Amino acid sequence: MATYQEFIQQNEDRDGVRFSWNLWPSSRLEATRLVVPVSCLFTPLKERPDLPPVQYEPVLCSRANCKAVLNPLCQVDFRAKIWACNFCFQRNPFPPSYAGISDVNQPAELMPQFSTIEYIVQRGPPTPLIFLYVVDTCLEEEDLQALRESLQMSLSLLPPNALVGLITFGRMVQVHELSCEGIAKSYVFRGTKELSAKQIQEMLGLMKPAASGPQGRPVAPQDPSATCRFLQPVHKVDMNLTDLLGELQRDPWPVPQGKRPLRSTGIAMSIAVGLLEGTYPNTGARVMLFTGGPPTQGPGMVVGDELKTPIRSWHDITKDNARHLKKATKYYEALASRAAVNGHSIDIYACALDQTGLLEMKCLSNLTGGHISMGDSFNTSLFKQTFQRVFSKDYNGDFRMAFGGTLEVKTSRELKVSGAIGPCVSLNAKGPCVSENVSHSFPVTFFVHNAPIPQGGRGAIQFVTQYQHSNTQKRIRVTTIARNWADAQSQIQHIESSFDQEASAVIMARLGVFRAESEDGPDVLRWLDRQLIRLCQKFGQFNKDDPTSFKLSESLSLYPQFMFHLRRSPFLQVFNNSPDECSYYRHHFVRQDLTQSLIMIQPILYSYSFHGPPEPVLLDSGSILPDRILLMDTFFQLVIYHGETIAQWRKAGYQEQPEYENFKHLLVAPLDDAQEILQNRFPMPRYIDTEHGGSQARFLLSKVNPSQTHNNLYAWGQETGAPILTDDVSLQVFMDHLKKLAVSSAA
Amino acid sequence: MNVNQQTPMASPYGQPQPGYGQPSYATLGGGYPDPYGPYNGPSTAYQPGAPPQGYSPYASFPSKAVAEIPVSDLSSPLDLGSARGPPTSAPPPVSTPQAYSHYTHGDTQNGPPPMNHPMAQPPVSQPYSQSAMNLSGPQSSYPQQYGAVPPMQQMTNQMSGMQISSGPPTSAGLGYAPRPSSQPLISNTYLAAAPPSYTQAPPPVSAAPSQPPPPSEPAAPQPYYGGHPALQQQQPFPSSAPLQSQPFPFQPQTPPVSQQQSFPPGPPSQQPFPNSASLPGPPPVSYADPHPTQQPFPPRGPPPTSQTGSFPPTSSPPAQYLGPQPPSQPGPPPYLSGPPPRGPMPPSSMSQQQANHLPPGSMQQPPQPGMQGGYPPQQNGECTWLPTSLLSPMRYGFYAVFSSSGAFGQPRGPQPGYGGPQYPMQQNYGAAPAPAPPPPAQKRLDPDSIPSPQASELPAVQKSRHRIDPDAIPSPIQVIEDDRANKSSEPFTTGVRGQAPPLVTTTFQVKDQGNASPRFIRCTAYNMPCTADMAKQSQVPLAAVIKPLATLPPDECPPYMVDHGEGGPIRCNRCKAYMCPYMQFIEGGRRFQCGFCSCVTEVPPHYFQHLDHTGKRVDCYDRPELSLGSYEFVATVDYCKNNKLPQPPSFVFFIDVSYNAVKSGMVNIVCQELKTLLDYLPRENPEVDSAVRVGFVTYNKVLHFYNVKSSLAQPQMMVVSDVSDMFLPLLDGFLVNVNDSRMVIESLLDQIPEMFADTRETETVFGPVIQAGLEALKAADCAGKLFVFHSSLPIAEAPGKLKNREDKKLVGTDKEKALFQPQSGFYSNLSKECVAQGCCVDLFLFPNQYIDVATLAVVPVSTGGSVYKYTYFQAETDRERFLNDLRRDVQKPMGFDAVMRVRTSTGIRATDFFGSFFMSNTTDVELAGLDCDKTVTVEFRHDDKLSEETGALMQCAVLYTSCSGQRRLRVHNMAVNCCSQLADLYRNCETDTIISFFSKYAYRSILNTPTKTVRDTLVNQCAQILACYRKNCASPSSAGQLILPECMKLLPVYLNCVLKSDVLLPGADVSLDDRAYLRQLVSCMDVSESHVFFYPRLLPLVKLDGGSLPMAVRNSEERLSKGGVYILETGLHLFLWVGANAQQELLSNIFGTPTFSQIDPNMTNLPDLDNPFSKRLREIIDSFRSQRSRYMKLMVVKQEDKTELIFKHFLCEDKSASGGASYVDFLCHMHKEIRQLLS
Repeated sequence: MATYQEFIQQNEDRDGVRFSWNLWPSSRLEATRLVVPVSCLFTPLKERPDLPPVQYEPVLCSRANCKAVLNPLCQVDFRAKIWACNFCFQRNPFPPSYAGISDVNQPAELMPQFSTIEYIVQRGPPTPLIFLYVVDTCLEEEDLQALRESLQMSLSLLPPNALVGLITFGRMVQVHELSCEGIAKSYVFRGTKELSAKQIQEMLGLMKPAASGPQGRPVAPQDPSATCRFLQPVHKVDMNLTDLLGELQRDPWPVPQGKRPLRSTGIAMSIAVGLLEGTYPNTGARVMLFTGGPPTQGPGMVVGDELKTPIRSWHDITKDNARHLKKATKYYEALASRAAVNGHSIDIYACALDQTGLLEMKCLSNLTGGHISMGDSFNTSLFKQTFQRVFSKDYNGDFRMAFGGTLEVKTSRELKVSGAIGPCVSLNAKGPCVSENVSHSFPVTFFVHNAPIPQGGRGAIQFVTQYQHSNTQKRIRVTTIARNWADAQSQIQHIESSFDQEASAVIMARLGVFRAESEDGPDVLRWLDRQLIRLCQKFGQFNKDDPTSFKLSESLSLYPQFMFHLRRSPFLQVFNNSPDECSYYRHHFVRQDLTQSLIMIQPILYSYSFHGPPEPVLLDSGSILPDRILLMDTFFQLVIYHGETIAQWRKAGYQEQPEYENFKHLLVAPLDDAQEILQNRFPMPRYIDTEHGGSQARFLLSKVNPSQTHNNLYAWGQETGAPILTDDVSLQVFMDHLKKLAVSSAA
Repeated sequence: MNVNQQTPMASPYGQPQPGYGQPSYATLGGGYPDPYGPYNGPSTAYQPGAPPQGYSPYASFPSKAVAEIPVSDLSSPLDLGSARGPPTSAPPPVSTPQAYSHYTHGDTQNGPPPMNHPMAQPPVSQPYSQSAMNLSGPQSSYPQQYGAVPPMQQMTNQMSGMQISSGPPTSAGLGYAPRPSSQPLISNTYLAAAPPSYTQAPPPVSAAPSQPPPPSEPAAPQPYYGGHPALQQQQPFPSSAPLQSQPFPFQPQTPPVSQQQSFPPGPPSQQPFPNSASLPGPPPVSYADPHPTQQPFPPRGPPPTSQTGSFPPTSSPPAQYLGPQPPSQPGPPPYLSGPPPRGPMPPSSMSQQQANHLPPGSMQQPPQPGMQGGYPPQQNGECTWLPTSLLSPMRYGFYAVFSSSGAFGQPRGPQPGYGGPQYPMQQNYGAAPAPAPPPPAQKRLDPDSIPSPQASELPAVQKSRHRIDPDAIPSPIQVIEDDRANKSSEPFTTGVRGQAPPLVTTTFQVKDQGNASPRFIRCTAYNMPCTADMAKQSQVPLAAVIKPLATLPPDECPPYMVDHGEGGPIRCNRCKAYMCPYMQFIEGGRRFQCGFCSCVTEVPPHYFQHLDHTGKRVDCYDRPELSLGSYEFVATVDYCKNNKLPQPPSFVFFIDVSYNAVKSGMVNIVCQELKTLLDYLPRENPEVDSAVRVGFVTYNKVLHFYNVKSSLAQPQMMVVSDVSDMFLPLLDGFLVNVNDSRMVIESLLDQIPEMFADTRETETVFGPVIQAGLEALKAADCAGKLFVFHSSLPIAEAPGKLKNREDKKLVGTDKEKALFQPQSGFYSNLSKECVAQGCCVDLFLFPNQYIDVATLAVVPVSTGGSVYKYTYFQAETDRERFLNDLRRDVQKPMGFDAVMRVRTSTGIRATDFFGSFFMSNTTDVELAGLDCDKTVTVEFRHDDKLSEETGALMQCAVLYTSCSGQRRLRVHNMAVNCCSQLADLYRNCETDTIISFFSKYAYRSILNTPTKTVRDTLVNQCAQILACYRKNCASPSSAGQLILPECMKLLPVYLNCVLKSDVLLPGADVSLDDRAYLRQLVSCMDVSESHVFFYPRLLPLVKLDGGSLPMAVRNSEERLSKGGVYILETGLHLFLWVGANAQQELLSNIFGTPTFSQIDPNMTNLPDLDNPFSKRLREIIDSFRSQRSRYMKLMVVKQEDKTELIFKHFLCEDKSASGGASYVDFLCHMHKEIRQLLS
């Protein structure tokens, strides 16, 4: 390993892990002084085409409270057939099946290259995947039609044995029975009345009359025909369901002038959760909510049906003026934990021009590992392709999704988990539970124990992820990682060089976002700033009170810039973003892997011109030039911006003329690149093709560093770029302040 | 008790014409008028029968004696009445004929039955006829008759107490007396004897029936017959006797004898005998002596003369009467011959007497005659229309001479005779064996002369039977037939104020000339008392039975539609009455004065019209609202809910698909039927599709709604399990137009039975079902009707859940009333909401066990809906009945979201309402739905004086939404006279309507009052009515006589039917559900339905050729002939009773098999045989069914089969298994009550 860069990259490729520090300070105090906590970004189910799963059970440490899995870091005594757990130092005999073990005949889990290994285990009968569609019918006919088509399309993407269910809602909630012949049958619930899971199951006829267990515990689905009328294998009900979806009517209840349609999203979700809870507890299942507007009645309502009362804004929220906010949030949180406990994840596909209450509902997805997708209409490619991509398949033809995942984190004695941020909910045991999507990652933060650190020893961490693979196999993936300890006093240089500024930026950003959920925006910004300043003070090289002397080492050089853009990002800036949008952005920010997260923090800007091949350029207003085409990727948006001149040429139609074929090529190049990005991105970004002066150009202008504004336009006086009409500070000003503060002795 | 029904008879007759004569006779004949008519022809012979009347009086006398002695006398008196009548009549052949004629009337009443009887009793009947003939050969005949009669005795015994000598008889008696010299004598004797006897007798009767008889009535009577009765009877007699006896020493005498106490003579030997003996002659005489007062009766003779005048006319009627009385065949023929000879006169008097007396017994008749004598005047006073005689009969209706009861005992002889004779009579009518019969009748008539023979003859007979002759008491059949004969030919015009319409049993045409047709409104009294005091005194209920949307026969024009333009209908400013013929235009037509409140209102310019010289508007006859009693206004938007024109109504079908419902086949049948039925939804214009939209729901423990939107390929089912908080799961696609969604609907109806074929769900809900329908209508913003097909007690956890509370132990206790009340207030509240939305609920029940109709029916009853109950529903046997009901229910024209208001002229006020509706205040009757079969009964009370000049006006306005969604106002106007004389009131009453009112009143009262109290109240009120009449309108006469107003002579028999009905007097096998069901059913019945419900129609199936129906027979087992086949119709049930000895030809004509034993008792339809008889029979059955709002399943009852018990239950003149009194017994009881009131 030549550089830390390479080491880091290699580790990420192999284990899906990136640590903020790749050398760990040996004491808690020192760890605290490092400002950026010792933590990692972990992608539990990182796609590893090269990693063949093994077909046997993992070997566990026999200590009851350890249960660590045998891994390459364990010391093995091949002769005695004994291995020592590297976490608790318990000595364990190998199981009989390992009798043939020897130096030259090692099982895969002992080989260093298998620090991440996946076991396929047999745990009970395989349960099929479950997809429960929860569909809002209070849509415009166009939207509904598009949604119908998308749903019908999705049926063809499901494995034949997957169970599907359909719940539609508007003013009422309908649970459709799919097994019946002839007449389409559905159970209808009033949209305003909260029902307990037991009531729901009773009303759906899911309770066995006599067989209900003690305390009315939901009965296991012993009689599939009776209990699963609502969840049927796709291959059996394909036609039925297709017809059903085809005949899906708009909610027939009249919506008087000046009212919103009554939408019982809250009850619909509660029924969906209750239904699964009753029929398939602890089985991987996905509830997919498609909604076209905010819940307007019943528990979980976000806004009343009076159009004259607008849906809550940030302003209302800060003024504590959002009547339904707290109640609704609480309601959905309760639902989310129920779903999470049972290993069911909830997706939200919200398409509306106005807000749809994602702020309140986000926890449904956040806590259960579901997706959130937000769009303007179901009739857009944004939604259609996003939804399609949910069902994308991996190289094996399996969905890139897993179900009912449980992540356990085991650490050596010196370490302790302090928490995790991400699509998970704590099981109150050792680790979080997730219902997983392959690409999700989340940071786990560790505290360093005060326990004495064995000199030269290594700290180890083991992630044990149990999940149901999309091909219904139960799998356990074990990742074991070790890092060296370093004494912060003597080895500060080493520690500094082991700093992963990208990972750190993302981790700090997530911490910030996490705080923003519960704190005021400005407070979070101040906290971030303070952290940044402290970091600079700790690792910067400067003379006291001399800003100009301030320097950062290479391993930290980009970090302030990330922070600058983070401050301006929608994750922390609520201005210009509705609460729903913020929720949406944050949702994705806390679950994408490092690269994507970085893009979110600091969008990428490519410039296309006749002057050479496309090149990445600074995210700066200075990059906006008349003869360039810019392609900006903010993760959520993909903006193609035609400079003034280019736009004029395009308008003049030069690209149509054979002699200007090169211009045509120039125009097409960013489109192709954008297409490439679109191919792989989930959720689909908003694709914007705009030009100088176009209204949509605001997406670009709001992102770039406002190095030129109306304030300094004339002072700057250069030929470059386009001025941005903003009062925001530019990166330059930011850095100046940072240096000043970092070197200030007062700080 | 000698019941002289003749009077009643007379009245009917009188009204018609001959009535007078008849009426007088009628006293005897009672309801027989018609028969008389026919008899008249042959009557001559019968007239002789008239003499029997004389006899009857005699009988009465003797009866008295007898009566006193044995309780059995009671029966005997009756018997005597009838029996004697004939015999006595026999003697007075010529003169008697008239009397006979009366009798004949009576007979005719009997007559109908006779028809049957003849069949059954051929042999006997002949003798009877002879007996009837007895008149000619009286005594001898009597014996025979008696012999035959025996069965009657029991009846008569009971009756005996009650000798019903109609008021008329007395008068008639007088009148008669003169005519038939013999009669007078008899009458005298009778009078003498009769009064005492009557007096005594009645008590005995009452006592007898009430006391000993009551317990084991049948037994009691028998004992009596046996002579033992004496003992038992004695007791009663004593008690009762004393009262009555007062006049007569006899009573004292009787005491000595023990039972016969009242009459020493009687007592010694068998009471009856003595009586009879006395009847013949001696007794009467003796009686006469004792009762100087009675002597007046003799005057009868004279009166007769006067009456004669009347009689002549009556003669014909008498004939009819005779018919009845003559029950003995002779009657009829005699009548024919008789009437002519003496002409009306003698017969009339005689007849009256006879009729009246006859029943009581020839013995009593004499007294009656006296009475009649008195009556005639009364009659005159009463009936302006009819000859005095007619009237008299009316009034005289029934004089019951208790003492005479003894005599009646003799009459028993006659009764038997009657029974036989009457039938024979009828037969005679048919066959005209007249000649022979007449003689006997004459004998009767000749009481005086006959007495001796009778005495000799009668004694034996009487001894055997101490009874009142059932034939002698007022016969409903006779009344009905008379009315039919007299009133069906000419259209009834409503222009004359206060004119009572023909009976409901009569087919007639109506011409609207300013008052509402009786098809829309029937009043209890067409001459209202002017003051509250009078009303209170008479106790006659003032009520109107209103059927606002009644369907009219095709030959009558439905109410015209009137449009007064945008301003809406023109109304009085103050009381808001609508423009009607009673509005008086003044000031040249610029204003009009309201007939109701006298307020003057400006005529709007667009409505102005000049007046002609009479003060009428020139356009009077161009405008329905100025010239007709019934019409409709087009309502403007002001009359609509929320000031919005209404939507067309919707029908929602709720089908129970629980296990029971599916298993019984109901679900399948309903679904199959609906497919075709939906094409026949109500519409106003046959050319256009119905505007009614439909929706479907099935349910068990949960509800399944169906989306049948036309755009769907398949219906969609939406299950709502949240029954605790019902809501409508869908809007669009739930209520659809049938034609648009036909394919989907058919597919749905095909699939429903399949879907639930294997259901295991047994629990059902009910409250949520209604709630769902209500929500559906609310959501659609329209009125409508819910059809709920429900199978079991709703025990599933849901609002409106019920528990089984059937507890037979509570029946008869004070807590019984709770069983008729709903279990909880839930349904009452729900029904309020339903009414507010115009949601009418029709409930079809298919219970296998207790289902709590009392609670489930709350909503239907409050919303103007109907309840249908098919207990133990089985697809094969009940399918047709159910489907016909369903078809009719779906198709029948109806209005929705209706509000009815009855306005009256100052002085009276509508105070109480009965029917299926809801009232949120005291004046507005709110009906979520109002169909063509529903009636609302309104009771009026005085709040001021009425004036005779202006009469009393009422206007019933019903605002409703038609089935096409049009808002309309139907207005019915009715004006009746007002009177300051009670007599006028009694002359213009309608008994059927009164009974209808009473039944509704009583059936509602049991909700809050112990059943027994209700029954007592009813009896008491009737007694008061009759006592008031007796006191104020009838001529003075012996207290022992029962005198009934002609118009009300059937009041006792009908009242008895009400009292005996399952609701008020349940038998052991009558479930609580049945009672609750009937209770609500009766509340909205119209008069014709309630009439047949309480007094079923019993037709003998003899010759069915021709378009007319055979004459009905009275509802008594005695009228059934073993050799006959009868059809009985109650409006809910239809029976075909087959006598064990029915002729083979008859059987093969009907059933296709000549063998009795091969008849399948389970058939519900007669085989389709190709012979005229079968065809005609099936035609008749079909016509019966079409007349009723509910389909009647045919039940074939073979004599002595198990099912005969059910059938017998409907023979309402007999004792009922549940302890209901027989007609005769009850009459006695009534008489006693009246007497108590009078004393």
